[in-house]
Amino acid sequence: MTKAPPPVSTMIMRGIFEENPVFRLALSLCPAVAVTTSVKNGLMLGVAVFVVQVLSSVSASALKGIINPKIRIPIFTIIIAIWVTVMDMTLAAYFPVTYQQVGLYVKLIVAFAIIISRMELFSMKHNIVPSFWDGFGMGLGFLVAMVLAGAFRELLGSGSLFGFEIVAFKPLLLVILPAGGFFTIGLIMVLYNWVDLRLGHKLPEEKVGGGCHH
Amino acid sequence: MSIAGIEGLWSIEPSVVALLVSGVIGAALISNFVFTKYLGLCVFFGVSRKRETAIGMGVTFGVVGVLSGTLSWLLHHSALEPLKLDFLQIIAFIGIVACLVQGTDLVLKKIAPALHKKFGIYLMLITTNCVILAIPLLNATAGASFVEAVSLSLGACLGFALALFLMSCAREKVDMAPVPRLFRGLPIAFIIAGLFALSFLGFSGLKVM
Repeated sequence: MTKAPPPVSTMIMRGIFEENPVFRLALSLCPAVAVTTSVKNGLMLGVAVFVVQVLSSVSASALKGIINPKIRIPIFTIIIAIWVTVMDMTLAAYFPVTYQQVGLYVKLIVAFAIIISRMELFSMKHNIVPSFWDGFGMGLGFLVAMVLAGAFRELLGSGSLFGFEIVAFKPLLLVILPAGGFFTIGLIMVLYNWVDLRLGHKLPEEKVGGGCHH
Repeated sequence: MSIAGIEGLWSIEPSVVALLVSGVIGAALISNFVFTKYLGLCVFFGVSRKRETAIGMGVTFGVVGVLSGTLSWLLHHSALEPLKLDFLQIIAFIGIVACLVQGTDLVLKKIAPALHKKFGIYLMLITTNCVILAIPLLNATAGASFVEAVSLSLGACLGFALALFLMSCAREKVDMAPVPRLFRGLPIAFIIAGLFALSFLGFSGLKVM
């Protein structure tokens, strides 16, 4: 059942670049657009997802011997729901102000396709340590995406970073509006495509025919 | 609602129908779940490539969404709130959604196999859709009444179906357009969604009740 896992560095880089959950796989998009109006919000949700991803991957891997494959999806969902509840209560207790803004999305981590898909694709086939690193890489990729989008939108939308004023005016108010979130993610995807093309890779659209699942 | 009468203000209780209609319009247009709340985006971008699949998803989604919204409200008010089990919200609601999806799957398979074949794949996608989960969570945090809960579920599902339909129409056209290579596929879809979101901003001036 267990296969030889790829080296740790590959797994981490894969999460950040080739298979970045947000910009490449186009999974878990809702929060990426919704809470990235500031770096702080993005960072908080990114950390929440990172922790849930790592813990869920490890739990699924630890329990893979006793999970009946027929009911694995409900079991995965319950595992994720437990860790999300833990994270939800922790954040509500220690960061009440930021939690007010992103609370709903923290609860919605349960429905994130990226977490369940890594459990299904990786943790069920590998041991605990590689599963940890896989979760680590994917979670980090998500975190990077959130901070990147958050920084872009906060800088252009309200002229500040982490709440500190950088310029006195608001360069482009549009990016902080709902519509701006879509534009931002679209443009960062273009940036990823551009880098890929520069490095001589094929664009994902040409590789798999485009589109995302879930 | 209060109206200036002959002696002071008269307050008029809004009727159930008025509440329902205003709730639906509010959730479907003014705060559309896709374009202003950014929920359900994975499914939104995943199945909006073809108009036919978008319509199929929209219908399946509506049925499951309204059922799970109503059932979750009932569970929340009959069990979770009186027993002070609020912290179990997430687990309980996702459980209801998962059971409903599985149940719909079984019922459809028995009653309408042709329809089941058509909807089958979308049904499974619904479990990982945040809109379906957001409806009961929003209702629970807002302490909504039963009518409000039903109208929010109905409005959210209608809004999602509308967004899917609009997007699929646009994407069918864009597929034939000469889009720059870097923008092809998802990036251009995001830009289109952004433009739709801009136009839905116009509804924010609309006021119900």
